[in-house]
Amino acid sequence: MLNYALSRLLTFIPTFIGVTLISFSFIRALPGDPIQVMAGERGISDERYAELAKQFGYDRPIYVQFWEYLTGVLQGDLGNSFVTKRPVWDEFFALFPATLELSICAMIFAVALGLPAGVIAAVNRGKFFDRALMSTALVGYSMPIFWWALLLIIVFSGNLQWTPVSGRIDLLYYFPDPTGFMIIDSLASGQKGAFVSALRHLILPTIVLGTIPLAVIARQTRSAMLEVLGEDYIRTARAKGMSPGRINGIHALRNALIPVITVIGLSVGTLLAGAILTETIFSWPGIGKWMVDSIFRRDYPVVQGGLLLIAVMVMIVNLTVDMLYGVINPKIRKR
Amino acid sequence: MSFNKIMATGLLLSTLGVSAQAQSLVYCSEGSPEGFDPALYTAGTTFDASSHPIYNRLAEFKVGTTETVPALAESWEVSEDGKTVTFKLRKGVKFHSNAQFTPTRDFNADDVIFSFDRQGNAENPYNQVSGGTWEYFGGMSMPDLIESIEKVDDYTVAFNLTRPEAPIIANMAMDFASIVSKEYADAMLEAGTPEMLNQAPIGTGPFAFQAYQKDAVIRYLRNDDYWGDKAKVESLIFAITPDASVRFQKVQAGECHVMAYPNPADVQSMKDDSDIVVMEQEGLNVGYLAYNTQVAPFDNPKVRKALNMAIDKQAIIDVVFQGSGQIAKNPIPPTMWSYNDAIEDDNYDPEAAKAALEAEGVSDLSMKIWAMPVQRPYNPNARRMAELMQEDFSKVGVNVEIVSYEWGEYLERSKAKDRDGAVLLGWTGDNGDPDNFLAVLLGCDGVEKSNRAQWCNEEFDAIIQKAKVLPTQAERAKLYEEAQVIFKDQAPWATIAHSVVYMTMRPEVEGYVVHPLGGHIFNQVGLSQ
Repeated sequence: MLNYALSRLLTFIPTFIGVTLISFSFIRALPGDPIQVMAGERGISDERYAELAKQFGYDRPIYVQFWEYLTGVLQGDLGNSFVTKRPVWDEFFALFPATLELSICAMIFAVALGLPAGVIAAVNRGKFFDRALMSTALVGYSMPIFWWALLLIIVFSGNLQWTPVSGRIDLLYYFPDPTGFMIIDSLASGQKGAFVSALRHLILPTIVLGTIPLAVIARQTRSAMLEVLGEDYIRTARAKGMSPGRINGIHALRNALIPVITVIGLSVGTLLAGAILTETIFSWPGIGKWMVDSIFRRDYPVVQGGLLLIAVMVMIVNLTVDMLYGVINPKIRKR
Repeated sequence: MSFNKIMATGLLLSTLGVSAQAQSLVYCSEGSPEGFDPALYTAGTTFDASSHPIYNRLAEFKVGTTETVPALAESWEVSEDGKTVTFKLRKGVKFHSNAQFTPTRDFNADDVIFSFDRQGNAENPYNQVSGGTWEYFGGMSMPDLIESIEKVDDYTVAFNLTRPEAPIIANMAMDFASIVSKEYADAMLEAGTPEMLNQAPIGTGPFAFQAYQKDAVIRYLRNDDYWGDKAKVESLIFAITPDASVRFQKVQAGECHVMAYPNPADVQSMKDDSDIVVMEQEGLNVGYLAYNTQVAPFDNPKVRKALNMAIDKQAIIDVVFQGSGQIAKNPIPPTMWSYNDAIEDDNYDPEAAKAALEAEGVSDLSMKIWAMPVQRPYNPNARRMAELMQEDFSKVGVNVEIVSYEWGEYLERSKAKDRDGAVLLGWTGDNGDPDNFLAVLLGCDGVEKSNRAQWCNEEFDAIIQKAKVLPTQAERAKLYEEAQVIFKDQAPWATIAHSVVYMTMRPEVEGYVVHPLGGHIFNQVGLSQ
């Protein structure tokens, strides 16, 4: 197992260098530069432009800039934002817990509903429940996030007033946020009602962000289950008179899980992409909105640093998924 | 925000006996501020969160007008030659305090000098702090204008200028001229955390900064030692809500009291809702189409005037602005002093336009119209506007090709003297002074810079140069009115629109005034029980 983990870890290095290079060059490939964007209609004199370019350090050749960036990254320095002038690292870690909290909730929501739904659909293949479920999943998968979020807000927050419209907690609560995870911090604050308020604020964004992964997981579970249910050993188990619950729940599901876990791992990327829209609509202070704003402002350090950190997160998740394969299927470990 | 900082603020709060649940005004703002030192930034969102609640300036704009009134300076005097402005400072003004800093003295001349010196003097230790780029200080030509700032005594400061300049008082009321505490700056420099000046601001304003969580919330507490009229609510909260539809839902649900920038499409349903109050006012801006007046046939004012008559501006207001705009006939907005309302617009008349073009011998004309790639209040959809103009011009036999570039490129290329085509662009006023529109956008100095029409008219230029140095507003206004007549007659631009700014709020909000300079100011806003 250790060897397996180490070999997976080694593949990190080229991927990391590749991601650093891509994140550095992509934002520079876009037309327009941050100084012009910053100056706007007011314009800027040539002398002032040169001064600022020097200050931001991009009057130097591109390979020098890359080298400095790379050595900075290796020392844990991602530079300062052109706009807020604060370290990228600080900004990322101030915002990341919010994204992580929402993504975890969305993933729990998607798995908790998607997995059983897929299993039930597979077991009842071709029947009404199967068809209804799979059509709903298709709708869920195709739904524009923006529209879906606004619809939920108008119905549940506007008309029914069951949930708050946006934000992470009722603004009347004010307490320290040592972890950045609102659920934990609100509980730790001991303020009456804060925890419930935080939970209520999570409901709609979780549903919106979890909808697409939920649909994908349900469909993937169903098809993986169908494949497994057709295998010889399942027939044998049935012939032996094993109960359907035991066959489906233990023998079939466990073997169907490998492709499902792959999909869950890949969904992390989808979650981060979906988080951009979800966070914007629900005024959720996470990294999605931060990245988009920075791209528009051509805030190079934030875009390249943020992309790098997100890529590292996805890489870690993929590594974890690879490890999980080994746990579920010992054959993979030995290969 | 670090844990320690919040704990410290919390401790401070509890010692002050202030409850977080006290009467709070919640404002749904559209985005996060870039920081809290207004001199470092140029965005209105940043000024709303920094200069208006936290700071004061020597002079300030009276809320709801572009008129300047005394603030931290009780009075000022301009010398005979117009080159020295002496400010008498207000006594007994207290700075806020926070966990790291408690002021030991009142506001005085040292704070004024420091506030400007750090922006213009490369030797000042704060010049490079927080990546200081001082955009507005440079943009308003302060380095060329201010020769020196002198401390006459603790409560008197003299600004020595390189030339007489009447708009200097209006400039002193701008956000970049906010007065920061020198004592705080020194303390932070000594503690090795000079960036705190930007991150944990200390000012003299009606609200003291309490806490900020990026992209989520900003909190302020009333400054009970405020020198002027104290704020009506105990705390002010900015709930950062980027999506306009969501802001509206939050106002409806009572999660916010006031919101900025509603979707134009929602305004009608807001007006129909009896639980929502909508206020409106023309924005201090203008959207225009600038011809290149140095290239034939656009060097002929009659051709430009003919083209102006071919544009159906009402259709643009309806389609592009969806009603949230007003037809512009002058290069300055109607809320600005010296606006010449007597001027007649070149009304939409395609027949007359066609005849006028023929009379000038212009036929089979082909031209380019540049459409901006970004949204601005003065032009929410430039591409659509250009298409409407293309259609209008085709009716008078002018063939239009629409071009666009990435925003930075667009701004740069449109400055070229030999530019091919007319440019859609606009301007939002900085200091409420007509000079800020007429000289910047149409003066001879602006050719190949911010004067996109490349228009240099000697008569017009002489008038605005003269108006710049006259001492009284009445004398200046007269000249600016004349300048607008010349502008209309020479038609370097087709003036298109001024945006209309809407503010949406709940009925319990009292005393909100829409500010023509665009800021959202809550100093005197209260909540009825």
